[in-house]
Amino acid sequence: MKRWPTIRFGLAALAAIGLMMSARADQPLVADLSEHLVGITTGFSGASVLLFGAIEDEGEVAVVVRGPARDLVMHRKSRVLGVWANTNSMTFRAAPGYYAVAASGPLEEIARPRVLARNEIGIDNLKLRLPLNLASPNVAKTWRDALVRNQERAGLYHSEVQPVSFLGTRLFRARLELPANVPTGTYKVQVFLLKNRRVVSAQSTPLIVSRVGVEAEVFNFAHNYSAYYGLIAIVVALTAGWLANAAFKKS
Amino acid sequence: MQIYLPIAEMSVNVFLILGMGGAVGFLSGLFGVGGGFLMTPLLIFIGVPPAVAVGTEANQIVASSVSGVLAHWRRGNVDLKMGIVLTVGGFIGSSLGVWLFALLRGLGQIDLVISLCYVIFLGIVGGLMLVESIRSMRRRKSATPQRGKLHKHTWVHGLPFKMRFHRSKLYISAILPLSVGFFVGILSAIMGVGGGFIMVPAMIYLLGMPTVVVVGTSLFQIIFVTANVTFLQAYANQTVDIFLALLLLAGAVIGAQFGAKAGARLHGEQLRGLLAIMVLMVCGKLMLDLLIEPSDLYSIGLQH
Repeated sequence: MKRWPTIRFGLAALAAIGLMMSARADQPLVADLSEHLVGITTGFSGASVLLFGAIEDEGEVAVVVRGPARDLVMHRKSRVLGVWANTNSMTFRAAPGYYAVAASGPLEEIARPRVLARNEIGIDNLKLRLPLNLASPNVAKTWRDALVRNQERAGLYHSEVQPVSFLGTRLFRARLELPANVPTGTYKVQVFLLKNRRVVSAQSTPLIVSRVGVEAEVFNFAHNYSAYYGLIAIVVALTAGWLANAAFKKS
Repeated sequence: MQIYLPIAEMSVNVFLILGMGGAVGFLSGLFGVGGGFLMTPLLIFIGVPPAVAVGTEANQIVASSVSGVLAHWRRGNVDLKMGIVLTVGGFIGSSLGVWLFALLRGLGQIDLVISLCYVIFLGIVGGLMLVESIRSMRRRKSATPQRGKLHKHTWVHGLPFKMRFHRSKLYISAILPLSVGFFVGILSAIMGVGGGFIMVPAMIYLLGMPTVVVVGTSLFQIIFVTANVTFLQAYANQTVDIFLALLLLAGAVIGAQFGAKAGARLHGEQLRGLLAIMVLMVCGKLMLDLLIEPSDLYSIGLQH
């Protein structure tokens, strides 16, 4: 098991050298992932994906990973008759299910604030939209901070910038860590090449997180044939209960 | 060893789940209770979404009730007619309960309602049991057997639609068991329990059934009510995780063996007292969670 990352990295490095050669030819930036499909199998407990690439000549690299967007309801509790209950809620439209940033240096040193804001690089620049008519700016900020805090606690947002490490001046790599509770769907991995604190080149590559094998079959069956799934659940339970009783009797 | 649960959509340690099943199984074997009232809060505590905890626990209770009822059935301790009437009420109640559950989930109030139900009903049942067991321990010391009237006639006996239940030696209005079944059915769907802890006292004190048929009949109707909850939760909300249910059951079956053996060494009143204390502890823990200010007032609800 332990050998796998080394072998993978070896392969990735080989691929990177190939990429560098093509980079030299015409493109200022090329990058790819060690895998484009992260399969959620029965033993899934999180995944680590290697991003590697090459740049034509010197520069800084920033990487933004965004999970599939979805509407997300947040609740706020307050005391009602002595009990803490959800009394207020807000819906964030199209919030990414995952967000992480990696960069070769501190963000404010490698890019201008406007560049960071426009490309949503860094958790503070991530646009999380609340319906404007519902929240004044400072209230909206409280809700936004709460969302980020909750997602960070779940390991789905990362406010800390992960490192992008260079091997020499051209080859770079970064490791993307996905926790076990990652949402499924299509992720967007954006790689920015920065020079003089401006974006000179960018590349976007998809990463798919999907259930595979038994996990996928059970999930799809439960959602597409939910009546049959319910009946099967009952039959399985009846059988298991009967078997348990039979086992009891013998001993 | 980690396993990814397809419906709960989370990675859990297999041995943690087996251990939880085993521990709750031990206690249910020891006290002769279903254990749903312990397992559902435990599942929620380890991070299983409440909807999945309730749906899955209903599925597991189907299995454990089947395994429990067979022994009672062989001894003839199931009042079939009473069981069917209770089940009819239970079906209606649990269907309404699943609908209420989905409604409250949409409103973001389901966690609160689950906790409140637990605090209220565990508090009442645990409190009554504790008082009762202390009283009977004292009575045993003073050794004066008290006996009430064999049959009391109250307003309850004036209700229409009377039915004869031979096995329970009762002639009462069908409205009574129907409404008991209905009420427990609602709670079963919302709390993820079989409801034996409410059903059994209701059968004894409200319906006046003889104790010998109470547990068997209660288990009998629990099978159908939890099967209904399982089906509806799976059909409407897709929140039944068969993998999780089977893991819990495997642990519970083994735990219950040891529990039953340990229980044989204790007195009935001692057992009831211990059970009451345990019920009150779960109730107290959930009550504190409701009363103490949470570390983060904001939380994420539904995502779609």
